[in-house]
Amino acid sequence: MSFRSAVVTFPGSNCDRDLAVALETISGTPALRVWHGDGELPDGLDFIALPGGFSYGDYLRSGAMAARSPVMRAVVEAAGRGVPVLGVCNGFQILTESGLLPGALMRNASQHFICRTVPLRVENNQSLFTAGYEAGETVHLPVAHHDGNYFADPATLDRLEGEGRVAFRYAEPVNGSVRGIAGVLNETGNVLGMMPHPERAIDRAHGGTDGRALFESAIKGLVGA
Amino acid sequence: MKVQVHVSLKPGVLDPQGRAIHHALEGLGFSGVEDVRAGRLIELEVDDSVTDEALDQMCRTLLANMVIENYRIERIAQ
Repeated sequence: MSFRSAVVTFPGSNCDRDLAVALETISGTPALRVWHGDGELPDGLDFIALPGGFSYGDYLRSGAMAARSPVMRAVVEAAGRGVPVLGVCNGFQILTESGLLPGALMRNASQHFICRTVPLRVENNQSLFTAGYEAGETVHLPVAHHDGNYFADPATLDRLEGEGRVAFRYAEPVNGSVRGIAGVLNETGNVLGMMPHPERAIDRAHGGTDGRALFESAIKGLVGA
Repeated sequence: MKVQVHVSLKPGVLDPQGRAIHHALEGLGFSGVEDVRAGRLIELEVDDSVTDEALDQMCRTLLANMVIENYRIERIAQ
């Protein structure tokens, strides 16, 4: 089995290595590393991951500068062709800023940076990324963010809910996200953005392994196992 | 020419920062403040070739996030 994935690094990314380790641990193949200034992605990618961190120092708005970097034009184009894209934390912010996902991530309602493990409800287990979970299952993943307060207008939210595009919801109040939304899918289901960090929960030593199923189901769904 | 772009949150969008500022003002003993909304001022120095349409496009493409923010463009006479 060959699984060809790439992790994009922006100036200020800090979870890129964690994502690459998670992808390699679970797929058995090292993830390729791509730099923000690269105008093209490697050929034949099965999976693209946008990591957490503080790209461009969160200047202007979190993810705003990264979303306009050269590599993102290639990511948007690849997503349009159906290549799966996972954005975690700052990666989620970049996906909303680039228009690949609806809504925006605002400052946490509490104004505080939140760094702890939170319970999440799996709302949709029919996607490439979430097929390894049970619908309605509660999983625990770490969050570490200042701007995780998801916002979209009511019509957009109703559409997301109606189309089953809310992948994860916080099972307790965390950051003020509207309707508790923690992760959303695009219309075609090949782009997932989420604030919690599955890549930080793939090894027992992390305190939990609830993130494994996300990578396992994506990899299995893409290359078979 | 100097151009000021005022970026503010759309009405109805919760502004935790504005709320914190409001709370701090009350804590300092200032009364009568009914609401606070925090925004951003971006100043551009542009030459005469930059049209209003171009400025508008800059705001929509990068300077404001149209999901949550409004913007107002002001050319400052010098």
